[in-house]
Amino acid sequence: MSVTVRIPTILRTYTGGQAEVKAEGATLGEVISDLEANHTGIAARVLDDQGKLRRFVNVYVNDDDVRFEQGLQTATPDGAGVSIIPAVAGG
Amino acid sequence: MAAQIVATESTTVDLGPATALSCRECGHRVPLGPLFACEECFGPLEIAYDFSSYDTEELRKRIEAGPANIWRYAPLLPVPADVADKPNINPGWTKLVAADNLARELGVEAGKLFVKDDSGNPTHSFKDRVVAQAIEAARAFHFTTLSCSSTGNLAGAVGAAAARAGFRSCVFIPHDLEQGKVVMAAIYGGELVGIEGNYDDVNRFCSELIGDPAGEGWGFVNVNLRPYYAEGSKTLAYEICEQLGWRLPDQLVVPIASGSQLTKIDKGLQELIKLGLVEDKPYKIFGAQAEGCSPVSVAFKAGHDVVRPQKPNTIAKSLAIGNPADGPYVLDIARRTGGAVEDVNDEQVVDAIKLLARTEGIFAETAGGVTVGVTKKLIDSGLLDPTKTTVVLNTGDGLKTLDAVAGTGLTATIRPSLESFREAGLA
Repeated sequence: MSVTVRIPTILRTYTGGQAEVKAEGATLGEVISDLEANHTGIAARVLDDQGKLRRFVNVYVNDDDVRFEQGLQTATPDGAGVSIIPAVAGG
Repeated sequence: MAAQIVATESTTVDLGPATALSCRECGHRVPLGPLFACEECFGPLEIAYDFSSYDTEELRKRIEAGPANIWRYAPLLPVPADVADKPNINPGWTKLVAADNLARELGVEAGKLFVKDDSGNPTHSFKDRVVAQAIEAARAFHFTTLSCSSTGNLAGAVGAAAARAGFRSCVFIPHDLEQGKVVMAAIYGGELVGIEGNYDDVNRFCSELIGDPAGEGWGFVNVNLRPYYAEGSKTLAYEICEQLGWRLPDQLVVPIASGSQLTKIDKGLQELIKLGLVEDKPYKIFGAQAEGCSPVSVAFKAGHDVVRPQKPNTIAKSLAIGNPADGPYVLDIARRTGGAVEDVNDEQVVDAIKLLARTEGIFAETAGGVTVGVTKKLIDSGLLDPTKTTVVLNTGDGLKTLDAVAGTGLTATIRPSLESFREAGLA
């Protein structure tokens, strides 16, 4: 499954400044592994030491917050858009 | 007495005593700039200060001689020393109302209950405090357009402040907000955009816009200017203590939307203690939510230290943030201080709005109904001590949420005659 991942500004040092990159994977977890393979260091920014999503990271698959879905097990269908967004906004 | 709160760091941006941005999660530091999330762990960046040169008594005198607005606390905020001379909306120094009538109704000891009434700000909500800070940061970082994601009150505050300070504004709100808030946001002449979705959708959109060329040069007060903006809520803590005669209250009841306000009130109280401006003694902070959007209250009661997002469904739209950014810190503070987080349903919110209006002549928006309703619930459950000095926040004006009290109206309609007046039983 090929998806498009929107990269927040603070992670663009890992993607050579690109705001969007392509990645492969049937689940969000697999997509993050694929990102790490091509952009070394990015996974450790998004995941904590236990391999879970950091608490101040929001990830959306299309329009769905993965915390309302299956977290890292959330399916990422072919052509899906994945957005990684800092959670510390708003209010 | 001098107070050392953080180490100094050099910076070329003149934002008074602010020295750097520091991650609340991991402590990573970066120079002052329009940044909000830590590049190491995504944690929230906060302002670090150098207060080391302050003498307590000199600082107290300087504050007391300052203007009757938040700039009296300029030495404790990320703003330049001459901030009071710049065009801004100059909010704050709102009334701390001795709420003896409400106290009687709630069974609180006479002289112990106060309402901090922030409906008295320029756009009638506490948001003027935070926006005034963001204006100064926007100036420092040379932004020309101000923006935000808003549940309504913030949109109005940004529109007004932008007009006064000479910025363009373009703000984003959920498309279905109360009419009073929509008009209040639009009247200042900036652009107002409704987003088809709830506040969390609006917030997500703004976070994405900020990383896109379309949003380049924009200062989003509650996104890339959030560390500066959020500090404005400290002024609530400063004012409450000064208005109590430089004393800490024993208990505070604070509404929770993102949780930022509550965490900054705690930060403000801690700063006053460290600076020696108030006695170091325990205080309790209680958080208040509406049942229809109560992710922090649910987490508190379940003993969790993380907050599971909710889809909001409540009349308290100014508090309807289902994914509160500062939720985990609210949990920490409520537990550390011995407070709690409680929620009330929409019917209790309306009852509390009417109770506050009937007893104290204060017409609160729904968020004020939430804090007063939660105060009553906390007293009834024994969590809030009715013999201790308690401050309840009202953060906005009831004229903005008239729909919530629809049905409140005429007692009678009569002919213009004394006979008709008597017939209606009004004599």
